[in-house]
Amino acid sequence: MHTVVLTKGVPDFREGQVSFDEDGHLERGKTPTVMNPNDKHALRAAFQTKVRNGGHVSLMSMGPPGYKEVLQEGMRDVYADDLYLLSDREMGAADTWATAMTVATGLQKLDDRPDLVFAGFKTADGETGHTGPQTCWCLDWPVITHVISLDVDEEERTVRAKRLVEGDISEIETVEAPMPAFIVADPEYEPSYRKANHRLKHKDLREETKERAAEYEDHVTVWDHEDLNLDPDYIGLDGSPTIVSGVDPIPKAPSERDATMVDADDSEGMEQVVDELAPYATGD
Amino acid sequence: MTDHEHYEAVVVGAGPGGAAAAATLAKHDVETLVLERGVDAGSKNVSGGLIYAEESAPYTIDDLFPGFREQAAERPVTDYYIHNVAGEKVKTFDITDLHEHDTEWSDAVLRRKMDSWLADRVHEKTRETGGGLLTEVHVNGLLRENGEIVGVTCDELDPIRADLIVAADGVNSELARDAGLMSWEEPDEWFQGVKAVVDVPDVDERFDLGPDEGAAHLFSGDLFEGVRGGGFVYTNEDTLSVGTVFHLDSLVAEEAEPHELLDSLLTHPLLDDWIGEDYEELEYSAKLVPDSKKVAHESPHKDRLVLVGDAGGQMQAQGPIIKGMNHAVTAGALAAEAYVEARSRGDTDLAGERYATKLDREGVMDKLRPTRYELASAVGENDLATSIADGVLRSAVGRFGVRVLGDRLENLYSSPFLSMLAPDTRTPYVTMPTVIAEELGTRVTAERTIETPDLADRIGDLTYNTDVGNPHIELLDNSAEASGAAVSACPVSAKDFGGGCYREETVKTNGDEKTAVSLDTQPCVECGTCAIVADTDWEHPQGGKGVEFREG
Ligand SMILES: Cc1cc2nc3c(=O)[nH]c(=O)nc-3n(C[C@H](O)[C@H](O)[C@H](O)COP(=O)(O)OP(=O)(O)OC[C@H]3O[C@@H](n4cnc5c(N)ncnc54)[C@H](O)[C@@H]3O)c2cc1C
Ligand code: SF4
Repeated sequence: MHTVVLTKGVPDFREGQVSFDEDGHLERGKTPTVMNPNDKHALRAAFQTKVRNGGHVSLMSMGPPGYKEVLQEGMRDVYADDLYLLSDREMGAADTWATAMTVATGLQKLDDRPDLVFAGFKTADGETGHTGPQTCWCLDWPVITHVISLDVDEEERTVRAKRLVEGDISEIETVEAPMPAFIVADPEYEPSYRKANHRLKHKDLREETKERAAEYEDHVTVWDHEDLNLDPDYIGLDGSPTIVSGVDPIPKAPSERDATMVDADDSEGMEQVVDELAPYATGD
Repeated sequence: MTDHEHYEAVVVGAGPGGAAAAATLAKHDVETLVLERGVDAGSKNVSGGLIYAEESAPYTIDDLFPGFREQAAERPVTDYYIHNVAGEKVKTFDITDLHEHDTEWSDAVLRRKMDSWLADRVHEKTRETGGGLLTEVHVNGLLRENGEIVGVTCDELDPIRADLIVAADGVNSELARDAGLMSWEEPDEWFQGVKAVVDVPDVDERFDLGPDEGAAHLFSGDLFEGVRGGGFVYTNEDTLSVGTVFHLDSLVAEEAEPHELLDSLLTHPLLDDWIGEDYEELEYSAKLVPDSKKVAHESPHKDRLVLVGDAGGQMQAQGPIIKGMNHAVTAGALAAEAYVEARSRGDTDLAGERYATKLDREGVMDKLRPTRYELASAVGENDLATSIADGVLRSAVGRFGVRVLGDRLENLYSSPFLSMLAPDTRTPYVTMPTVIAEELGTRVTAERTIETPDLADRIGDLTYNTDVGNPHIELLDNSAEASGAAVSACPVSAKDFGGGCYREETVKTNGDEKTAVSLDTQPCVECGTCAIVADTDWEHPQGGKGVEFREG
């Protein structure tokens, strides 16, 4: 079994990490780049197929050379075996379409043809949720989205998945597809290991990959557009049909509004609070 | 036959008993799976703890795990004292001789460090057999086929079959109870141990110790409100383990609050020099301790199941000395050995029987249930005998006797023979030491009294992974008669404290007022006390859930 997980680096939107300028624009330089959080669900799903069915898990991303660290995060935290970075100036500023083209080409170039390709459910920065299905369209494979659990039958070469219908937790259906197939893991994906043997294997692999992550550079393959034999006109900014007309600043989060702190023991202060709140209580 | 996963041996619990069993099985190439419910081995465990390597024991922990003393233990115990206390008067005996009797070595340990060190080695050894060690798996019962025990069931895993099942799941073993081998009902069969690990910067200096030295100090007398039991202070590398161990029935009868008894010890002037200016408690913990004299199972096996260590009640209180870990180790290794021999004879069903025979032959059973004690207790453990003994001791005659004996009492205290005879009554725990201190002691005073944290802070400092909406203990009868004892006896509850597990409530029905008990398991430290003193349906939490000790 060869599974490939697609990932992207995104700004770390967690509090304390992310940094905005006065106009509410993201300060890329000051905000660290991390692996898109939803992609970890995909990687966990892929890792589960490896524990149960053997084989190996690759992690692939398109982005600047700095994404190597994002890939390392995937190796360290979610135990990917090897890492592929599609990186080249020509690929820069791509929209989801141009990205899908590039990534699909990367997947086809792999010597060991993937049986399953996993993507996370939309990225934390773009939030489009397009790249996965578009990549799949380029490959002409079946796609199963909103997957929450997965079983692979290697002999039959099929994959059977439980998925949320329209992304809604209250409705779950089971579908089957021939492999190779494309899987979009839902954030609800919870790999479960109910066999001791699987948990032991999980533990072995965790130890193994931890060691490997320390020397992750040895496991990264970088391909540029020439390696992929791609025409620069069809990738990156030039290959992107999307036009961004403008960007609205993000309004300040409510928690950043001015607040006056009043000690509960301060009776004068508390009276003021009551006075201020009174109009709301009466519905004025 | 259902198609269950199968291992040759399944060991439940990665304490010293489980570790010893698994290492011995692995040594003989038995495919062994070890299942531990904590996030890490040791994260659920508490001991005093001095681990002994007895000269007479067939297996010791460093036999099975070379490097144990250097890497997993804190300090060797080279000095051993007992302090008889009456108020501020203290008479100290050096009973190192008793401690050294049949002792090859003895080290102070902290369980998180010790058990996780053992677990790494156990995983390595068992992995080579095709098994391994898994944490965060709670074994919740026995798998049976046609009424016969053939494996285990778990919260987190599908059922597993095995040819040998080692229940090394400690005190309040769910497996021993499921098999009908042990019950948790009588408070007089158990002790409750409570402990604080205290940060002390310069142990060597404060205790006047050299590099490879350590001290153990025991306490008995009038500092525990008449509750039968005692206290201890053990030196670790750079912390102290300060704790108490009491008979559970006595604790319940006196309605004593365990954390307050611990505070009585911590604030005694004798500890002042050791603890110093700033008291910093790293961890508060508690656990039940079985009294082997009463509960050690004579034939701890059934079908493919064997009980090892606390699960089988193999915890020996020999006078002031507490020996549970060493017996768990011996029993674990003997159980494994029994299985290997039975297997080589082609009949693994004989393993249990062989194990019981080995416990007898190796003299383990006689240490756990000494015949001498059974004879003496028949005479000494009744109310009449106790009040006569207490009366005599307290009388002018008794006091005279104590004064005449003077320091020769030290020799009596150091006698292993007598320590096995000591009855479980007020006399040796309370009256005798109090009279000794009153007659022979000197006054100790402290420059300051340390301030110990209250229960709310102690609970607040612990780490919990609460299984929200899935409490592991269910209160079956909330009447004060059935479960009221838990309000005081639970080490994280107290009368008039609303933040503990057990709380007293006044319930009004039709104008009638009565006291009832409510339970919130969030602050539970899983000691097991309320399984015995209250009417509950008691289980351990799911794997990885509940309290996580960092010291142990
Ligand atoms: C305060 C105190 C002081 C003590 N002092 C000493 C001392 O000085 N010297 C001494 O030798 N002994 C001492 N003891 C006793 C000693 O701690 C025990 O006798 C010893 O730990 C028993 O070892 P064991 O392997 O049988 O069980 P434990 O050490 O209790 O190990 C049982 C293991 O099983 C796991 N487990 C339990 N149930 C399950 C389940 N259902 N599924 C999966 N895993 C499970 C637990 O998490 C734990 O890791 C003391 C005890 C206390 C409380
Ligand atoms: S609730 Fe029961 S098991 Fe938990 S700490 Fe209290 S007495 Fe111990």
